[in-house]
Amino acid sequence: MEILKSASAGTLESSDCLVTVEPGSGVSLELSSSVMNQYGRQIKATVLETLQRLGVENAAVTVVDKGALDCTLKARVECAVFRSCDASASNIPWGGAVR
Amino acid sequence: MIKRPKPERFRLRRTMMFMNAQKPGLIKDAYIYGCDSIMLDLEDAVAENQKDAARFSLYHALTTIDYGSTEVIVRINGLDTPHWQEDIRVCVAGGADGIRIAKCESAQDVHTVEAAVEAAEKEFGVEVGRTLLMAALESPKGILNAYEICAASQRMFGVAISGGDFRKCMQTTFQRDGVDMLAARGQMLIAARAAGIQCFDTVFTNLDDEEGFRAEVLQNKAMGFDGKSLINPKQIRFVHEVFAPTEKEIRQAEKIVRAFEEQSKAGVGVFTVDGKMIDVAFIPGARRTLRLAKACGMYEGDLV
Repeated sequence: MEILKSASAGTLESSDCLVTVEPGSGVSLELSSSVMNQYGRQIKATVLETLQRLGVENAAVTVVDKGALDCTLKARVECAVFRSCDASASNIPWGGAVR
Repeated sequence: MIKRPKPERFRLRRTMMFMNAQKPGLIKDAYIYGCDSIMLDLEDAVAENQKDAARFSLYHALTTIDYGSTEVIVRINGLDTPHWQEDIRVCVAGGADGIRIAKCESAQDVHTVEAAVEAAEKEFGVEVGRTLLMAALESPKGILNAYEICAASQRMFGVAISGGDFRKCMQTTFQRDGVDMLAARGQMLIAARAAGIQCFDTVFTNLDDEEGFRAEVLQNKAMGFDGKSLINPKQIRFVHEVFAPTEKEIRQAEKIVRAFEEQSKAGVGVFTVDGKMIDVAFIPGARRTLRLAKACGMYEGDLV
């Protein structure tokens, strides 16, 4: 998917994260987390995997994590990417690229 | 991916707790409270501009979190919104046990949802008929059409009243003796029993009014409800206590089921237990009592 405009999803509440995607060249990830030391690498891997699954090749991604589980990270990244393409409201490929 | 077992149309549903599907902190461990069902909400709890985000969050919760034997129902947005079709797709794709139809007013509403559910089941390779339905009656029209709604589909397992909206329509407010909703509750119960499905009461929203909550739960039980919708885990225990069967009821049910199994093996259809006539018609009720007793930790036998 092509990141067409800046979009974000999520909150800064506990167990959540705020993901922002912007147009970029190549994929860059800026991560801050309340559990950086314990889970930083895993969070990064989950975010990058999710972007890859969605076919995002160019994006500047910012994640502010407040202790989100993997399933929440995925949900927020996906929502931000679909929002940036104005495609978040219907016909989501549940079980396909979103899984 | 978590594969949930095939939903049971008739199971124990004393407590159904509402959770905002958009809040990861709430839904990640919702099963620990021990309610019979959780109701992940895509409707009123989710702000209009977060409906999309709630669906992504719901999908991953349904496919990742092991809710164990807690039933997982999703409340979808009303048929007068642009959201309900995608809500149904995500529920079916994620493997929710059932869908609660908000603001249901006619059998046609149930049929509309059922058609979309069936289309989604085919789209996502889910067994057709797996996804159960229940309806929330929130308006006078919904109450008047309660029977046709209850009987509208083989997927329907229950019906619930939504007090907030209904009281507004009726130009009344919460009354401690329940007179504000007496007729509506009664009509809905009769319709549900006539159609052979379950019936659930509305939420009690004033968490500081413990006495009022207890009175309402006792009245629910006396009227014949199967269970109640809840908004807070602290409400669960009392409902489970009130809806538990008595020792006497359990012993009686055990005797009936045991006698039935013995007699039917011997080819006998009607017989007596403690001087009362018993035939096959008594068995579902007796089994229901035993299942309820087992869930309440009051029966450890193997008849159910």
